[in-house]
Amino acid sequence: MSHDEHSDHDHDHSELSEMELRVRALETVLDQKNYIDPDALDVIVDTYQTKIGPRNGARVVAKAWVDPTFRDWLRHDATAAIASLGYSGRQGEHMIALMNSPQEHHMVVCTLCSCYPWPVLGLPPIWYKSAPYRSRAVKDPRSVLAEFGVSLPETTRIRIWDSTAEVRYLVVPMRPAGTEGFGEDQLATLVTRDSMIGTGLAAVRGPSS
Amino acid sequence: MSYVNHADLGGREGFGRVFAETDEVLWHAAWEARALALSLAMGATGAWNIDMSRSARETLPDYAQLSYYQIWLAALCKLMIERGLVTEAELAAARVQVEPRPLPRMLRASEVSAVLAKGSPTTRPVAGRARFEIGDRVRTRANHVDHHTRLPSYAAGRVGTIERLHGMHVFADTHARGLGEQPQWLYTVAFDGRELWAEAAEPGSTVSIDAWDDYLEPA
Repeated sequence: MSHDEHSDHDHDHSELSEMELRVRALETVLDQKNYIDPDALDVIVDTYQTKIGPRNGARVVAKAWVDPTFRDWLRHDATAAIASLGYSGRQGEHMIALMNSPQEHHMVVCTLCSCYPWPVLGLPPIWYKSAPYRSRAVKDPRSVLAEFGVSLPETTRIRIWDSTAEVRYLVVPMRPAGTEGFGEDQLATLVTRDSMIGTGLAAVRGPSS
Repeated sequence: MSYVNHADLGGREGFGRVFAETDEVLWHAAWEARALALSLAMGATGAWNIDMSRSARETLPDYAQLSYYQIWLAALCKLMIERGLVTEAELAAARVQVEPRPLPRMLRASEVSAVLAKGSPTTRPVAGRARFEIGDRVRTRANHVDHHTRLPSYAAGRVGTIERLHGMHVFADTHARGLGEQPQWLYTVAFDGRELWAEAAEPGSTVSIDAWDDYLEPA
């Protein structure tokens, strides 16, 4: 290892432990001031680690694929339809469902920060919160999609939704061909997190993936 | 003193490719998870609102150099220090030195699930008719404002079409400055890609934003 690599490695470690120390100091002070309940912190972490994630949204999408009444409900009142499956609340209080079609492909971004429909997708990935996606999704969506390995027909119009207020958007990807007769649970496994943001497509996975 | 929003990134050039980790983990270090939880727990005390949080984050001078959770942590400290809830010295010493301030509430572990499931809806009772209807052509406010706003620069001074009405929502611009909720009609406004980006636009593309009434004039 060169001297420079050693320095970078050490720098990373010391920066990490600096952050750990700062956060611990903060937690100590806030606890001692009785501003926070430290057990509440554990519940919050556990909630987003294990209970709230994209499997929620995948259930919503799968149900929309098989149940035309639910799909309609999603179209007219996504908040209520999604809540009926048990998903609601923080950063998902005002939901809109966007239905992909051969004519129209929807993509969601928050150029100003990282607004994201937490109750159905959990916490956003780093790329969603980072400058490349936030800057380019609204201006050059097709090249962004290409970087995700998504290639749409030229005739498909792209609609980008910038989440500038508290309305949150869930993309309902198209149901893949060859899935007739699949049950809801199986269909839900085809719905990727990215397909519900609009940077991916739902697909039947081949034997190689 | 001019308000600089370092987070207004839509349409800006030079940030390079989108880099997506495969099988990305939620948090890359334990401190990140704690930073999230601390932010949510302190936010739940009622000491500030989410619009103030966003304002605190976007105005961090080193926003571009910080990682996501470093931004959250820095803004959390800023919000608390501004309100006299903690001091820099206390954080450095990891020791209480100043009397705690009374806060509206504390988030208890047993309440977390219900609080998260309830969220904080921003809709408020409708008062008065909306100025615009679906299909109306509108022009967005062109000038820079010296405060938190949710009209991105790339969509300022542009002509679009009202696509949807969302009822009346807490107005972020006033809420962030402690001037109250001042609910206004909220609309989805759709812009033709060419209106925003001219020849650089993706052909046939549309960009939609959610805009409060104050951002809009008839076009």
